[in-house]
Amino acid sequence: MSEKRNKTLLHCTVNGKERDDVVKDNLLLADYLREEIGLTGTKIGCDGGECGCCTVLIDGVPQHACLRLAATCQEAEIETIEALAEQNRLSALQRGFHEKLGTQCGFCTPGMIMAAEGMLRENPNPSEDEIRQGLAANLCRCTGYVKIIEAVQFAIDELGSKGKAA
Amino acid sequence: MEYMPNFQLHRPESAAEAVKLHSENTAALYVAGGTDMIVNVRRGIEQPENLIDLSAVTELKAITEDKEGLHIGAGVTLKEVSGNEHIVSNYQAVAEAAAAVAGITHQQYGTLGGNLCLDTRCLFYNQSEWWRQSNDYCLKARGETCHVASGGKRCFAAFSGDVAPSLLVYQAEVDLVGPEGTRRIPLAEMYQNDGLDHLTLKPGELLTVIHLPKALAGCPSRYEKARIRGSIDYPLAGAAVRLEMADGNVKDLAIALTGVNPYPQIVKGTDDYAGDALDEESLDKLRDNVRKQAKPMKTTTVAPWYRRRVIGALARRLTAELAG
Repeated sequence: MSEKRNKTLLHCTVNGKERDDVVKDNLLLADYLREEIGLTGTKIGCDGGECGCCTVLIDGVPQHACLRLAATCQEAEIETIEALAEQNRLSALQRGFHEKLGTQCGFCTPGMIMAAEGMLRENPNPSEDEIRQGLAANLCRCTGYVKIIEAVQFAIDELGSKGKAA
Repeated sequence: MEYMPNFQLHRPESAAEAVKLHSENTAALYVAGGTDMIVNVRRGIEQPENLIDLSAVTELKAITEDKEGLHIGAGVTLKEVSGNEHIVSNYQAVAEAAAAVAGITHQQYGTLGGNLCLDTRCLFYNQSEWWRQSNDYCLKARGETCHVASGGKRCFAAFSGDVAPSLLVYQAEVDLVGPEGTRRIPLAEMYQNDGLDHLTLKPGELLTVIHLPKALAGCPSRYEKARIRGSIDYPLAGAAVRLEMADGNVKDLAIALTGVNPYPQIVKGTDDYAGDALDEESLDKLRDNVRKQAKPMKTTTVAPWYRRRVIGALARRLTAELAG
């Protein structure tokens, strides 16, 4: 095998900004976001698709950035935790995690919020069971999930009272 | 898990192009969702020089229906399978199995084809490169000893896909596209009882479509699995049961298992129950029959005796529920 790195010209949108980057074929999306673009909100936990910390939205669908090659995101729209706050105001989900103490060490939080964001876009009014189901692929080792579910319910109430989707 | 080989990525837009790329390149590997494959690549289990990413092959992402039955593209995601109304109402076990794979995030980009072609798994195989190296590797990859059965000459790594048993009880068939053309075979023939080489696919062959027959549409079925973590995990043991009753007696019974053998296995002897009323005694007999045919080995952290008990209990419970 040659030592020369295989590369691809990647055209995609990250948090609403169009990008053209030359990426190594074997570069993971998580490393692309963190190392190449500097969006370190996306965390790498288990690095093997088990913990969900690296969850980002690709074309609106939650996916593990540690299992996706950056070069396969051609023409895709990628959203990370950094995309949620608008004009320095936290999103309803982010406020929920803050208000309801859904965060302790905070490492799982970006993935947790992105998975919840994907779920709420598809189903703006999930039941508690549906919230548990929607966050099943995200592990938290601190809070024990009760506070996390309350955080999501806080966001649902807040968005519901405003009458708009997440 | 920092290891990543320096492969070249290919993104074909058709199945034919994918097969052509596979035959033209050395050490080529197909990857669909990648929920399992990328992990294996990063652990050095797979060492591709060319990775053929199937995510841009749109022709494999359709579910169509005709007079023959339902045709599911291999690239359809597991979430689409579990949420498809036709599958939910006519092939219930298939929808239940797709919803039981890993966690919801994996189901949103993991594909049906990927789940069917999932590599077999073992405690001594699905480990990091240094872990396996310090253990002198194993029979399945680069080593000469089986750590599960010392002195064993064959590999017992367990097939751990959830959806295959449900498709097997519906007698699904599959299309395989290879360098020599397309062939259609029963899904059961895509597997063999060998943990080292459990797929009968020829080199470069690609699973493209899964066919579910119309004749069995609507026949009641269930799938259930035992796993360590309820939210996300491979099956320790999983059973799919399809049961059609007539006048309170069994008309047609099919059971298939996963997680307890190197291949998804159809339970033998279920034809003997035709005409049976399925009382407690015959359900116990059925349970014991399933336990005898399941051959779990020490391929996970959970003891084989437990998995054998569980698989019997699952098959019995599902059959009893379906019998009503």
